[in-house]
Amino acid sequence: MSDHTAQEMMVVAAARALHNDDVCFVGIGAPSAACNLARVTHAPDITLVYESGTIGTRPTVLPLSIGDGELCDTALTTVSVPEMFQYWLQGGRISIGFLGAAQIDRFGNINTTVIGGYAAPRVRLPGGGGAPEIASHSEKVYVIANHSTRTMVEQIDFVTSLGFGRDGNGRRRHGLKTQGPALVITDLCLMEPGADHELEVTSLHPGVTTDRVRAATGWDIRIVPEPARTPTPTVDELTALRHLYAATDRAHGGDA
Amino acid sequence: MELLSLRDAVARHVHDGDTVAMEGFTHLIPFAAGHELIRQHRRDLTLIRMTPDIIYDQLIGAGCARKLVFSWGGNPGVGSLHRLRDAVEHGWPGSIEIEEHSHAAMASAYAAGAAGLPIALLKGYHGTDLVEHNPNIRFVEDPFTGQRLAAVPALRPDVAVIHAQRADEDGNVLIEGIVGVQKESVLSASRAVVTVEEVVADLAAPSPNSVVLPGWTIDAVAVVPGGSHPSYTHGYSDRDNAFYKAWDAISRDRDTFQQWIRDNVLDGESP
Repeated sequence: MSDHTAQEMMVVAAARALHNDDVCFVGIGAPSAACNLARVTHAPDITLVYESGTIGTRPTVLPLSIGDGELCDTALTTVSVPEMFQYWLQGGRISIGFLGAAQIDRFGNINTTVIGGYAAPRVRLPGGGGAPEIASHSEKVYVIANHSTRTMVEQIDFVTSLGFGRDGNGRRRHGLKTQGPALVITDLCLMEPGADHELEVTSLHPGVTTDRVRAATGWDIRIVPEPARTPTPTVDELTALRHLYAATDRAHGGDA
Repeated sequence: MELLSLRDAVARHVHDGDTVAMEGFTHLIPFAAGHELIRQHRRDLTLIRMTPDIIYDQLIGAGCARKLVFSWGGNPGVGSLHRLRDAVEHGWPGSIEIEEHSHAAMASAYAAGAAGLPIALLKGYHGTDLVEHNPNIRFVEDPFTGQRLAAVPALRPDVAVIHAQRADEDGNVLIEGIVGVQKESVLSASRAVVTVEEVVADLAAPSPNSVVLPGWTIDAVAVVPGGSHPSYTHGYSDRDNAFYKAWDAISRDRDTFQQWIRDNVLDGESP
């Protein structure tokens, strides 16, 4: 089905990377859309965990915040926030941590803290929240972000959440046994870390050229010799996603 | 525990210069109490909250805060907290000191405070630049395994302020739904003020494991129906997501923000 937007392609591609047996720690926004799309399509038994303490939640509309009542109402159980971070995340119960990013670099390090210097920032972003420990304790991390030279930069201004570190060896240096960034999903392509942990484009979304990806990336991006072509969203995927967004718009009083 | 009006509860228990934790993880945010702090012109507060949310955006913009201790400072699902940004980026209405953590560390720091420990330990802060900018993030060695662990000071607020579903006449308080760090913030603090939807004869806790704070852990209870709006109270009200979106435009500009505070807080009646 060719009648889709780049944003829809991004969310659909992210949803496809999730499996029925995953236990997914979900961030708000595109990660939440992708996780719930997976749940209502090919992964009905996926366990979705939000940092507000809701475990096994099955929202019918996408939450605006990580603590909307819908998440608690439809959860298997709701635990306190200290328990969520101590037992469930730090305790190693999460298979996929799903994060967004304001800036990301070639080693999958994420900035959501400041643009400019920390003491006198040009733009003060919301900060890390759960992300620093989601990045270190989830077995794998998926990152979803729009692909532009503002987002995909040579040097991020601040490492909020560790990918592979500024030199690619940060996880080893910190003694982390978890995998770290395993997949970066953008509106143009999919990227995965190569043997030296640098991100490589492994799949191009429909209609996207390698030149376009290069122009939208702030570093000399690696592209594997024969990148795959991301399958176009199916009618079922698009219908389910649009249904989720429409239900969400109605629930949140319009103009989502 | 005393049953007080919100005005009296704030006047008696929240003072200029206090370290104040007004908690509620998206749910049960004590907005009415925050507005009462603005009406009573509290100044030089150290405000602690994992997610400052609109409540601290309002207190910061109204000039109540000297310092903010936090871990995620956005308008959830919407974008920036513009009053927080204006204070950090431009020093308006005054400069604000920030102490920035991760959620995992702050949640553990409340739990440590409740447990009477001086510090919280966690496996955390791996490779993040927060470590370079916050001297309250340090590392210690586990004496048994040699493992390197992150340490932060326990949170010990002067006063915790929370909203809850209901209290009984003895001031025992029931909390349901997303319980966040409500219990930890109260038990870590020297004093605690709780606003509730209603006071009932029988708390009717639905389970032997329900989250109940005994009245003797609380200093004041004030009945404020709807006191968590535009946040929500599970079983009583829904989150006003439309207001969270509208706040973006209200708070973006200093004049519209000040007008909103005049119309909705300063000119309002104290409950």
